[in-house]
Amino acid sequence: MAKPKVATTSLAGCFGCHMSILDIDDRILKLIELVDFDKSPVNDIKKFTGRCLVGLIEGGCCNEENVRVLQDFRAHCDILISVGDCAIMGGIPAMRNTIPLKECLDEAYLNGPTVYNPTKTIPNDEEIPLLLNRVYPAHEVVTIDYFLPGCPPPADTIWEALTALLSGKPLTLPYQLIKYD
Amino acid sequence: MNDRFAFTIDGVEVQGRPGQTIMQAADEAGIYIPRLCSHKELAPHGSCRVCTVLVNGRPQTACTQPAGPGIIVENSSEALLAIRCNLIEMLFIEGNHFCMFCEKSGNCELQALAYRFGIMAPKYPYLFPTRELDASHPDIFIDRNRCILCGRCVRASRDLDGKNVFQFVGRGPRKRIAVNAKTALADTDAARADKAVSACPVGAILRKRVGYGIPIGQRMYDAAPIGSDIEAARAHPHK
Ligand code: SF4
Ligand code: SF4
Repeated sequence: MAKPKVATTSLAGCFGCHMSILDIDDRILKLIELVDFDKSPVNDIKKFTGRCLVGLIEGGCCNEENVRVLQDFRAHCDILISVGDCAIMGGIPAMRNTIPLKECLDEAYLNGPTVYNPTKTIPNDEEIPLLLNRVYPAHEVVTIDYFLPGCPPPADTIWEALTALLSGKPLTLPYQLIKYD
Repeated sequence: MNDRFAFTIDGVEVQGRPGQTIMQAADEAGIYIPRLCSHKELAPHGSCRVCTVLVNGRPQTACTQPAGPGIIVENSSEALLAIRCNLIEMLFIEGNHFCMFCEKSGNCELQALAYRFGIMAPKYPYLFPTRELDASHPDIFIDRNRCILCGRCVRASRDLDGKNVFQFVGRGPRKRIAVNAKTALADTDAARADKAVSACPVGAILRKRVGYGIPIGQRMYDAAPIGSDIEAARAHPHK
């Protein structure tokens, strides 16, 4: 029987949650016995090769590319999990949400104390994904089935969640594994 | 004194004394009623509604409602838990709670209640309001992004510190905590050791130069949920 497939992505995140996935240490050997990895930075597969059981989402949506990737994950995965505070509430990138986008760009490219930008241009190449007005939590863009809070969620949390879902058990985390930091 | 009377909380018989609130009697009996704006040393405020219980079928705040002989109190039903979760979730989305870098994290009562209730993510959309920070004072600061308008600082400053540093201004969504001075916190007689500072349940009023003082794992609510201390009294009754 083919193994169930897991896909992962980092949207507006710092890859810390992916580090936490790797932090399950030698249990990763057990994990690859249980699942195959599809689209993921872990194996560098860029496009979905088929239907996946679980999609792990790190990061919220800060640009249009994030939105497209997230919608692609929703289309290909039976279960989508928001992994970490950025996917759940925007996280550090969402600190810009209380500041108008233009002010952020002006500060980053024109007015910041260390900026050297003689042409006074704000990057606007069509290759660069367009920024959204603010950073959106993943569940405000597509339906998310489970949430694993933490910055990042501890490896044990991710392991507990994955193994519970793979064995069809309900996902209930012990008190000590629910953390927002 | 032998004017004690009996009533029940979730079917368990509890002893009350005249003048006690339901919350005080419950605390003595080792039954935890979740709360946020309530503080042992301060007069009840009844504003956060987290301690809402059903008294003979009617919703009442346990921090203000007197205990009485024979009353039937319901504290831990699914329906009440749902109401409390909603209140906590609304407090999260109404402010800007970046727990990942908040110095109060691990010792924060709002966060601790969310943990106790097992909230993985709020069901409401985040509002990301614009809130002001006041870092003018040399020893303490106010970060209104995290203020939940519980009024503990107002009561503590007035009733315990005898200073009246804090007050609410504005109404509805514009309501915010302000200081009784022309411009900023630095112009008040607020001081580092004020009870008003330690009374804040969240990271909205903090002492400067403390930072992340306690290692992760040893903070107040890392290992056991908020309210465990009260519930422990039930396991080891002392009177
Ligand atoms: S005040 Fe509490 S809930 Fe808010 S950011 Fe700080 S730790 Fe989190
Ligand atoms: S500053 Fe703290 S104590 Fe004062 S109202 Fe806000 S949350 Fe409550």
